[in-house]
Amino acid sequence: MFIGAIGCEPLQLRRVLLDNSASLEVYRANGGYEALQKVLNGMSPDDVIGEVKKSALRGRGGAGFPTGMKWGFVPKDSPKPKYVVCNADESEPGTFKDRYLMERDPHMLIEGMLIAAYALGARTNYVYTRGEYRYLIEIMDVALAEARAAGLLGEKILGTDFNCEIYTHTGAGAYICGEETALLNSLEGLRGHPRMKPPFPAVAGLYGCPTVVNNVETLTAVPDIIKMGGEAYQKLGTEKSGGTKVWSVSGHVNRPGVYELPMGYDDMEKFILEDCQGILGGKQLKAVIPGGSSVYIMPAADIVGKDVRMDYEGLVAAGSSVGSGGFIVMDETVDIFESTKNLTEFYKHESCGWCTPCREGTDWLVKVFKRIESGEGRPDDAQLLLDIVDNIEGKSFCPLGDAASWPIQSAIKKFPEDFRRKVLNGNGHVKDGLPTA
Amino acid sequence: MSSQFTPNNPLPQEAKVPQEIAVFSPEVEAEMDRHLAKYPVKRSAILPLMFIVQRERGGYLDPPGVAYLADRLGVRITDIWEVATFYSMINTEPVGKYHLQVCKTLSCKIMGAGRVTAKCTERLGIKPGQTTEDGMFSLSEVECLGSCGTAPMMQIGFDYYENLTDEKVDEIINKCQGGELSNGVR
Repeated sequence: MFIGAIGCEPLQLRRVLLDNSASLEVYRANGGYEALQKVLNGMSPDDVIGEVKKSALRGRGGAGFPTGMKWGFVPKDSPKPKYVVCNADESEPGTFKDRYLMERDPHMLIEGMLIAAYALGARTNYVYTRGEYRYLIEIMDVALAEARAAGLLGEKILGTDFNCEIYTHTGAGAYICGEETALLNSLEGLRGHPRMKPPFPAVAGLYGCPTVVNNVETLTAVPDIIKMGGEAYQKLGTEKSGGTKVWSVSGHVNRPGVYELPMGYDDMEKFILEDCQGILGGKQLKAVIPGGSSVYIMPAADIVGKDVRMDYEGLVAAGSSVGSGGFIVMDETVDIFESTKNLTEFYKHESCGWCTPCREGTDWLVKVFKRIESGEGRPDDAQLLLDIVDNIEGKSFCPLGDAASWPIQSAIKKFPEDFRRKVLNGNGHVKDGLPTA
Repeated sequence: MSSQFTPNNPLPQEAKVPQEIAVFSPEVEAEMDRHLAKYPVKRSAILPLMFIVQRERGGYLDPPGVAYLADRLGVRITDIWEVATFYSMINTEPVGKYHLQVCKTLSCKIMGAGRVTAKCTERLGIKPGQTTEDGMFSLSEVECLGSCGTAPMMQIGFDYYENLTDEKVDEIINKCQGGELSNGVR
């Protein structure tokens, strides 16, 4: 598996290939904790938030919300304690970048969290890691102990009046806990059901206190933003999508891996065919899901020769989105009906059950998919799927319902043949392998 | 405003627990104390403590283990079950010593997850969701484990096994049967 940067100097992945890269010693020898030093040596919390705003950094977990703005929502005059929570519940199918960032460079996350905590006035902070990533929690615990022993965590950090603690916390297998309010409920020891918004976590989050929840990759971008300045970081990318983005590439490519690209990388076809070294076994590209399972699927025709820019605006223009950057490549052998059924089963399994449209809707979707697969499909079943989806999208309590809807909408729109063939086969309307309906 | 969404206030009365409550060694108690020390609210430690209790109680939350958690965290028995039944990694029934969890989600599926499951079934004579009669192996199909670039994969306990082939699965199962491989529970 490849791990590295293409089209830019490695920023987030600068240290990941060094020997012993997870150690404090290697981190410090390669520019680590310089940003924290700079912050504590005379930047005010507002200065820090200002730089993050200038950087045009957008949340890397999937929603792409501007990070500086999110930080700005935290009320400064609140007498309550404040919290920074790192969302390391990486569960979006196709996404594994946070895993390598934490495995190879845990101190980068610690430094990012310390700077965020300084900017927001937080003194106790948590890294919520999915339960399956137990080995990462162990790596983080070692790194946190190292940082504590070196005076980088705890009381009087780097000899200043800044006190700050970071603790690891484990999830236990629930995709929904990647949704920030569900994560907070889980961190409070409850079932991971999402909460009503507003109030947003910035006002009433963990234990009812002002809380910022940021993805691992978002927080690990912060030290570089401080060191080089927000403006310089933004210029690595595009005007509205600042900096670099770490993509997780999987599926039918010759070189899957973790790729850091500048935002606005040009273009997706080149990325697949050259950087990822083309399609496995010399087959033809059929489709790409570029941002984790929840985004619209892109057929090869929307990629090849289309000059798709890889950033938030470019992917929306091309009919999909950056999401979490979980880039799943599928070759000509993949039946999009099958792949969509697979993802729908995922959403059914992960629906938390809190709201009816999502709980019942995803269950019905799977039932219809199974009916088609078993050969009992009805001619209007594709339309039935779209009707069910129409009753989920925008009508569920949290975005999981939308996430379950979009793959189906786009798959039926972009690959109608894969659905039609299944339904017709099921009904025995096939003569000489050709649909006759 | 927010308190209605975060019902983490202590109980007005003491939690009633059944007679039999699990007992743990001082080392395990100390391990739990280290988790409890992280949070201003005891209940927050429910998941880390559940992992410890299920490790110590033979792989799942048995009623004495649940009673212990309720007692230790100052919550009701039902609060423990409520949480335990939500999270897929918390077992409420016994599982085999080696719990083979094959990822079945898209990237693994298109890279051959089906073959991995079939190989496990062939070798162990159990389907996903089943445990061998001797209690050595359980087989499950699970959703995305973040190992998409190294697909197909499975997790045994907490340990990842990636880029799986038929030969590798054979080798892993052989090692489990010979007791040469950790079951990844910790």
